[in-house]
Amino acid sequence: MAHNQNLRRLKDRSAGHVMGGLTWVAATLVIAIGLALLARAQPLLDLQPLGSLLTSSEWSPLRGQFGFFPFIVGTLAVTLLAMFLAVPPCLLTAIYLAEYAPARLRQSVKPAIDVLAGIPSVVYGVWGTLTVVPVIRDYVTPWVSRTLGFIPLFRADNPTGYGVLAGGVVLAVMVFPIIISVTEEVIRAVPFGMREAALALGATRWQMIKTVVLRRARPGVIAAVVLGFSRAFGETMAVMMVTGNVAQIPRSIFDPAYTLPALIANNYGEMMSIPLYDAALLAAALVLLIVVLIFTIIARIVLAQAIKSAA
Amino acid sequence: MDSAINDPLIQIQGLNVAYGSQLAIRDVSVDIPAQQITAIIGPSGCGKTTLLRSISRLTELVDGVRVWGKILFDGQDVYAPDVDVTEVRKRIGLLAQRPFPLPMSIYDNVAYGPRLYGVRQREALNAIVEKELRAAGLWDEVKDRLHAPATALSIGQQQRLCLARGLAVEPDVLLCDEVTSALDPISAQRIEGRLVELKTNYTIILVTHVLRQARRLADYVIFMYLGELIEHGPAEQIFQHPQHPKTRAYLAGELY
Amino acid sequence: MMKINKHLEERIMKGLMVASLALVVGSLVAILGTVLAKGLPALNWAMLTQTPKGGYYLGKEGGILNAITGSLVLVAAATALSFFPALAVVLYLHLFAKHNRLLDLTRLSLDVLWSVPSIVYGAFGFTLMLMLGLRASLLGGIIALALLEFPVMIRTMDEVLLMVPHELKEVSYAMGATRLETAVRVVLRQAAPGLLTAVLLACGRGIGDAASVLFTAGYTDRMPTTLLRPVASLPLAVFFQLGTPVPQVQERAYASALVLTVIVLALSLGARSLTRRLSRHIIH
Repeated sequence: MAHNQNLRRLKDRSAGHVMGGLTWVAATLVIAIGLALLARAQPLLDLQPLGSLLTSSEWSPLRGQFGFFPFIVGTLAVTLLAMFLAVPPCLLTAIYLAEYAPARLRQSVKPAIDVLAGIPSVVYGVWGTLTVVPVIRDYVTPWVSRTLGFIPLFRADNPTGYGVLAGGVVLAVMVFPIIISVTEEVIRAVPFGMREAALALGATRWQMIKTVVLRRARPGVIAAVVLGFSRAFGETMAVMMVTGNVAQIPRSIFDPAYTLPALIANNYGEMMSIPLYDAALLAAALVLLIVVLIFTIIARIVLAQAIKSAA
Repeated sequence: MDSAINDPLIQIQGLNVAYGSQLAIRDVSVDIPAQQITAIIGPSGCGKTTLLRSISRLTELVDGVRVWGKILFDGQDVYAPDVDVTEVRKRIGLLAQRPFPLPMSIYDNVAYGPRLYGVRQREALNAIVEKELRAAGLWDEVKDRLHAPATALSIGQQQRLCLARGLAVEPDVLLCDEVTSALDPISAQRIEGRLVELKTNYTIILVTHVLRQARRLADYVIFMYLGELIEHGPAEQIFQHPQHPKTRAYLAGELY
Repeated sequence: MMKINKHLEERIMKGLMVASLALVVGSLVAILGTVLAKGLPALNWAMLTQTPKGGYYLGKEGGILNAITGSLVLVAAATALSFFPALAVVLYLHLFAKHNRLLDLTRLSLDVLWSVPSIVYGAFGFTLMLMLGLRASLLGGIIALALLEFPVMIRTMDEVLLMVPHELKEVSYAMGATRLETAVRVVLRQAAPGLLTAVLLACGRGIGDAASVLFTAGYTDRMPTTLLRPVASLPLAVFFQLGTPVPQVQERAYASALVLTVIVLALSLGARSLTRRLSRHIIH
């Protein structure tokens, strides 16, 4: 019996060690990924420091020029436009689901949002090329250039429809699920008593939401938006299929853009045949990783605190 | 007041339990007699459940709990660093407030403990399952559907199943935490009947907020108030001649 | 006057909210509708049962059986590979780890891992392959996809284990069970349907991902046979066919996208119905 007891303890301890070891590996995997990419990017970084890579606009791999600036601007343009388009409807939807929608509607909308989150990236890309790009090409571009064409941001030099706007629209739909679900969760965490207090003073529902719920949930909502941003920033296939992929700095929302993830994905074929090309692409992956890392960490910390303080 | 017990099975010495910075049990020392029913009574929030669970070190499963002081079980401090906590818990069983059947069949619920301790043969398991289900007074109701999910039983039956499951590891002590509070009167009565029968073989420690239940069952009584031990002694003495004003107030229904 | 204003504001905002919800649900309908409308006419039996024949990419005969099989093999292997480590991690977090700052940090790190873009997993998988001396191959794709699915699985399993009532664990501990015994005999049983859901969700995520297999698995017109040869996958089939100038091949991309979407939807619906069916012993 005593022997059996010792064996059980031994099993428990060793399982604990094995599982703990695996957890440790998982927890440091991000760092390992970063270091592996850094090691591969090192040959290029030895020649040109990261700062100058990020700010240089010259991209000609054959001459050994690897300037990331146009790609960074392209990624930011597409991502920011996507957030601009996605945030208002997402917040309104989340508020509606959390505060107004009857339980049955909520229960049927939630799976739909889950499905939206599960649709593969290339399918979004297919939808983008089949629907979004033609609509932009045939309707949006002509109309905007007639009415707002004098503003540089809306100048339509690119008649193809492939560009920042198409990327922004597709990405916006892709980040709907994450922004909606996190925002809704944060809004639901606001205690019922606070709502009641405002309603008891004669506020309408929306006034109560505006003055109590949103004020209380603000950090969490910001975190949701940041999470959406970092998700959008790293998105590859769908964006690549609709933005035109021209290595230049976009000046208008109709201009083509080339994002960092698309840069990596489009050139993997040649990267082993041109000197330093692989180092450049893996450096791009490293930049991507670091940006997403920073934004995610900020969002998670804000979110954890928001949920703790709301409850 | 000083009623020393001959041959105490459990000796609690200077026990403190804190949830974060809040002290739930303050310097409690008391001896618990073997093979009797000891009732811990007191108003809700007085720390009686915490005291009960500390005996088999179940409080430490909750985050942020600190325990200091000693609980001697058979002369051995259960909080000593070299003690195997699973061994302590095997010898000190728990019956909780609400029945929580494990996610498996009736049979497997009772066999859970014996299997942990290496019983493998079918016949031996069958015998244990039958014996403990009989001891818990459930056998006749379930003998034809031993392999049905335990969740299919009524709440009262589930509680008796949990009793059988607890008995199957052959503990010396049974901790009972408000075990009848979720049950209908008839199921509660059955459980009480079982406990009275079981005290010939087991030491039973019972937390209850129902005074009548304590009067019916208890041989020994511990009265707690705001985390402190106010008074303890044989049931007769506490119920007939309480010494402390707070005990008197509580028994008179003036203290909640 | 004040009263009218505030009720008007309420109405306007509520209208905007309903419109937003309609936009969100409408997007889903638009996407599924587009894929269905464009994919269904191009879909035929040969697409599902044949590999590309000579001249397939010019519009001649053949199908995408290579990509369908490739994706299924990739995902099955990657899921199997990441399942046990992910399970070990969540069991450790829930039953073994002490609650302290290190645990918070670990959870943060796992959250970060979850948000790492799939192209970065592809790039990392690629550097691993260079280290191991591998070329683009089934094995490489499996490694990259397993890495991608690992945090997805951890996150969904973590949520599943959060739903296991504390009392259930206490029951087991109270009988003197060790943490391992409690994990294996009680927690896993209670969580089994949820864990299956987690697995299916991870499969769905893995099978739809293109960016991670782009570098690592390569592409081929042949059926997968060995671990060390390139393998085709559905998302890349969609991508490459859409990139050709031949309209007929582009239509095949739509059909491939439909096949992929149907598989992903089937996985998520399957997860739901299985969860319901397996809940016989579960404590609610």
